[in-house]
Amino acid sequence: MSVKIKHYPGEEIETQDFREGKVLFESFKPKAKYAWSAGIAISRFLEELKNGRILASTCSKCKRIMVPPRIYCEKCFKPTDGWTYVKDTGTINTFSVSFIAADASRLKEPIVVAIINLDGASEGMGIVHWLNEYGDWREIKIGMRVKAVWKPPEERVGAITDIKYFKPIKE
Amino acid sequence: MSEVAIIGVGCVGFRPMTPELSYKELMFEAAVKAYEDAGGINPREDVDIFVACSEDYLEGFSIFDEFVPDQLGAALRHLFTVTGDGMLGLAAAYMLIKTGQFDTVVLEAHSKASDILTYTDIVQFGFDPIFNRPLGGHPYYVAGLEMTRYLYETCTTEEQCAQVVVKNKRNALLNPHAAYGANITLDQVMHSEKLFHPLKKLEISTPADGCIVMVLASEKVAEKLTDKPIWVKGVGWCTETPSLETRDWTRAVYTRLAAEMAYKEAKITNPWRDIDFAEIHDLFAYKELQHMEALKLCDYGEAGKLTEDGLTSLNGEFPVNPSGGLLGMGYGLEASGLQKVLEVVIQLRGEAGARQIDDAEVGLAHTWRGIPTATGVVAVLSKVK
Ligand SMILES: [Zn+2]
Repeated sequence: MSVKIKHYPGEEIETQDFREGKVLFESFKPKAKYAWSAGIAISRFLEELKNGRILASTCSKCKRIMVPPRIYCEKCFKPTDGWTYVKDTGTINTFSVSFIAADASRLKEPIVVAIINLDGASEGMGIVHWLNEYGDWREIKIGMRVKAVWKPPEERVGAITDIKYFKPIKE
Repeated sequence: MSEVAIIGVGCVGFRPMTPELSYKELMFEAAVKAYEDAGGINPREDVDIFVACSEDYLEGFSIFDEFVPDQLGAALRHLFTVTGDGMLGLAAAYMLIKTGQFDTVVLEAHSKASDILTYTDIVQFGFDPIFNRPLGGHPYYVAGLEMTRYLYETCTTEEQCAQVVVKNKRNALLNPHAAYGANITLDQVMHSEKLFHPLKKLEISTPADGCIVMVLASEKVAEKLTDKPIWVKGVGWCTETPSLETRDWTRAVYTRLAAEMAYKEAKITNPWRDIDFAEIHDLFAYKELQHMEALKLCDYGEAGKLTEDGLTSLNGEFPVNPSGGLLGMGYGLEASGLQKVLEVVIQLRGEAGARQIDDAEVGLAHTWRGIPTATGVVAVLSKVK
């Protein structure tokens, strides 16, 4: 309400009125469950994560080494020609520091997500992952060198989280 | 205004499940086939616009549009998604070319039904949340409601509906793209479990996985790239009220009005005479009959008799669902419409092999968006420009 407006027309309702069922509404929780087939390329990629390796696919036409791997080159629109491994080290392409969680609550420690161009992959290709062990977040820079920190082999399940996070390295 | 032709088709599936391929890989395979079929076009250069068809809730992604470009050769190209049946995409592609601004349009629709673990719940999510969802139950009871009223008003018999299944599943045995071909008897259909009275288990199409990609082109481009263009002579679409409480339960009015729109454009005055065969949405057996009537292929209440007398069988006077229909091919969700268009194209080209209809020149494709919708699309296709 402002100085000029003292009252809105109609009846005012409060949160409490909803809780007490004075305001009618319908709620519904959908049961939506899916199990996506990973397919040829991503199945192999996930299998190799279990082995602690990052798989890429290659295109003989544009000479790109592509990660995450795919069975087609989206640039040349042709099937890819081979598989190769790229390193688990790379360079920060860009990053963001989150201070709040998905539910908007304030985090004790910020979460840093980075786009990492992996060594051995073509320009601008790599992985999205967390960054950790960086000390002060203000020290994180584009172009910083990082390396994957893997879960122990027995804990790996063939998921992107088989890599715990990436951490800065000195070379 | 340029005529519009379908110059390339590619299909993967349909199969009960495709665990070996991701939806992207499924789409890539269908796209490669379609581009090859269209005279070996390069999608990176030769295509003006891509139209993909998908419904987020069937995919399990929000804004599924964004996951489409790479596998179609559409990355950094011009693409949009129609959140509906593939034939609504066909209508969009057709209009794009009719504007004269675009010569080559790629159309895609797929089904990864086997990725959906809670199919029934997803279908139910399409129900009105205030009036209908709270009643729960399997959403296909809506088909039971409609079949009851349809039989009551038209005097169509349950046997006549069951005959559709026998015919379609047999046709499917001749179609390599069909997942559920079978040689079954009327008795088997009639004695299959009643699931939603009067609807029986074998009268319900089973979902299947697959992908269809098509290339559409203007006259100018079509005649350069292919010597077997199939011309789209007219397209129509229509949506009835979503209200289960007030909709017409007998006549599939949405299909009647869609057909009138398409027929007017294609200059069809007597569909049974002017058209040689039809691919009609048969998610449930009775729907083929009800849709035949809505499509003006006969009067209300006559489709059952025509089917019983064999006039709609593969060797009949007016074959309906030579592909095997959805009962035989499998229900391809939003790809259903393109399953229909695909068969019409194959037949008109004379490439249908053992199920080829002699002298097929004009064919009709029809789709419906399934339970609980009342949306239909109709297209008339011709071998002759
Ligand atoms: Zn390439």
